Amino acid sequence: MKNASLGLFVALNLMVAVPALAAPDQDQIEKGHKVYDKWCFPCHGTGLGKPGTDALAARGQKPAVLEERTDLTGPAIKTFVRHGVLFMPMLRKTEVSDADLDAIVAYLTRNNKP
Amino acid sequence: MRLPPGVSSADFSEAVKQLQDAVGPEWVFTSDEDVDLYRDSYSPFWHEQEEPIPSAAVAPDGVEQVQAVVRIANRYKIPLWTISTGKNLGYGGSAPLLGGSVVLDLKRMNRVLEVNDKNHYALVEPGVSYFDLYRYIQDHKLKVWIDPADPGWGSLIGNAVDRGGGRTPMRDHFDAHCGMEVVLPNGEVMRTGMGALPNSKTWQQYRYGFGPYVNGMFSQSSLGVVTKMGFWLFPEPEAYLTGTVSVPKRDDLVPLVAGLAYLMNSSIVLGTTSVASPLSFLRPDAELTALRAKPGGPSTQEMEHYLQEKNLGYWSIELPFYGPAKVVTAQWEYAKEKFSGIEGVTFKEGAMHRFPVDPNDLPQFQNSVAVGIPSLSVFGVGGGRSEGHVWFSPIVPMTGEAVLEAQQVFNDAYREMGMPIGPLFFLGPASNYPRCFLVLFGFPIEHDVEKNKKNRENFKRLIKVAAEHGWGEYRTHTAFMETVMDTYSFNNHALRRFHETVKDALDPNGILSPGKCGIWPKNMRKANA
Repeated sequence: MKNASLGLFVALNLMVAVPALAAPDQDQIEKGHKVYDKWCFPCHGTGLGKPGTDALAARGQKPAVLEERTDLTGPAIKTFVRHGVLFMPMLRKTEVSDADLDAIVAYLTRNNKP
Repeated sequence: MRLPPGVSSADFSEAVKQLQDAVGPEWVFTSDEDVDLYRDSYSPFWHEQEEPIPSAAVAPDGVEQVQAVVRIANRYKIPLWTISTGKNLGYGGSAPLLGGSVVLDLKRMNRVLEVNDKNHYALVEPGVSYFDLYRYIQDHKLKVWIDPADPGWGSLIGNAVDRGGGRTPMRDHFDAHCGMEVVLPNGEVMRTGMGALPNSKTWQQYRYGFGPYVNGMFSQSSLGVVTKMGFWLFPEPEAYLTGTVSVPKRDDLVPLVAGLAYLMNSSIVLGTTSVASPLSFLRPDAELTALRAKPGGPSTQEMEHYLQEKNLGYWSIELPFYGPAKVVTAQWEYAKEKFSGIEGVTFKEGAMHRFPVDPNDLPQFQNSVAVGIPSLSVFGVGGGRSEGHVWFSPIVPMTGEAVLEAQQVFNDAYREMGMPIGPLFFLGPASNYPRCFLVLFGFPIEHDVEKNKKNRENFKRLIKVAAEHGWGEYRTHTAFMETVMDTYSFNNHALRRFHETVKDALDPNGILSPGKCGIWPKNMRKANA
């Protein structure tokens, strides 16, 4: 269920609580990049008219572009995708499968420090 | 496991098994975790028992599988709620109107079947989004534009059958379609228009075929599942030019809109524009705040003077022109002549964009939808802290008098409802459809039961206020479909009674989207009407 305040609280805390545990597989990262470009970039990418990026910037999240983050975690990313937050809707499994979601996690955590 | 209304646990279990056989077990969702993904992310019923939650979801991958699902639903009298991409957020998203319905999710049917850039059309399945078709056209270097709805992840078919609109010359999406394939409530497949002719060569070129034209029966409808649909596309234009016309006085709106209507109805301006006033988006300074605080509000003359001091018009419209550079330049020159009789009118020419756009120039568009490039930028409309919205969306005449009247009526209604003067946010009046204005008022969704209850009451109040003035909604959230249909009541609800007659004839078990647009099947009518 989408729950803006609780979801955001949980997700923001998960962002910094769990470091990446293992080096992600390069194929998985490349797959994740493609899935990210299709499903996430239109809202969270760079450039004008990206409301997800704008909303994170307004909340003081730095960097506001998700691809540039090094502190995202798998649980946080999955919480956002499957529960939504604020005006971001949840995404169904016919849109982003569990395997696709794992690939997004691999891509967005690729630069995390162990 | 949640159950559909009136279906036993044993029957539902058997139906689920048959659905799994039909589409594959991984594409039938019954766990709460999976089914919750089909709830309306912008539900006006958050944390309330009334929220309509599905019992399951099924995702077929082709027309034969859709037929099988419909036949199983008939066998067990299970209500289905069809979605294409389920992204009509603000109008219900992927959630059913009737709790316990099984969502028929067509997202996996995402094939672009044909794009023709000689006769400029496409044939697609319902899971194809605007992003998908745009990408296909770019990958194949085809010289056609799509007309995206504002949310680019929406379905061409879903948006068109919901009668959504866009911004380019092909902006009336239902009007731009040509030919359908539909699975009827009994599971039979039908093609409309020239598609009824086996081996037809013109399914996407001539709309009507032979005999009564039935396509409208499948828009905002519960009479079939559209599995293919053709769309006319716009040939990639050489150029796009905008020109802004500003007028200094409140009453100048009348000749301003009259000029706009002439230009649009003459096919000189073919695109979405909207009437704007700086008063709706200016950050109030001390002077404006003081003016607004005056007992009884500021006079028209005071507001006109305030704006003139700042070199701002009272109203403005940005006219879009699409076509050869020479032609759009001439069209803008003609438009300026047309408005030149308004005292104090000013003109501002925008940049001329040439196509195809250099990918490096893409970021210059805050909202690229006007040039056929899908986007999600519209989701910034409620601000970064928005938790969602539902749209109140009446159609008003394309006249300045009507806009002024609507402004007065809705401002009064907002005041009487104890809401801030003026809408919380609104778009338009906009020319998404020919010959009329669409006005969009965004009602915020909150995670507060009492606030949502109040907002729902206010929403219903606005529907009635609009109807009293002769303005009806073009589309609405599932929560308000009954209320809106109630207002289309000419001759003792003759239109709804006609729809019910057709519904009962075609869908005697009432399995397809019961309650959609206030039309209930016979077996549910008394309980829900």
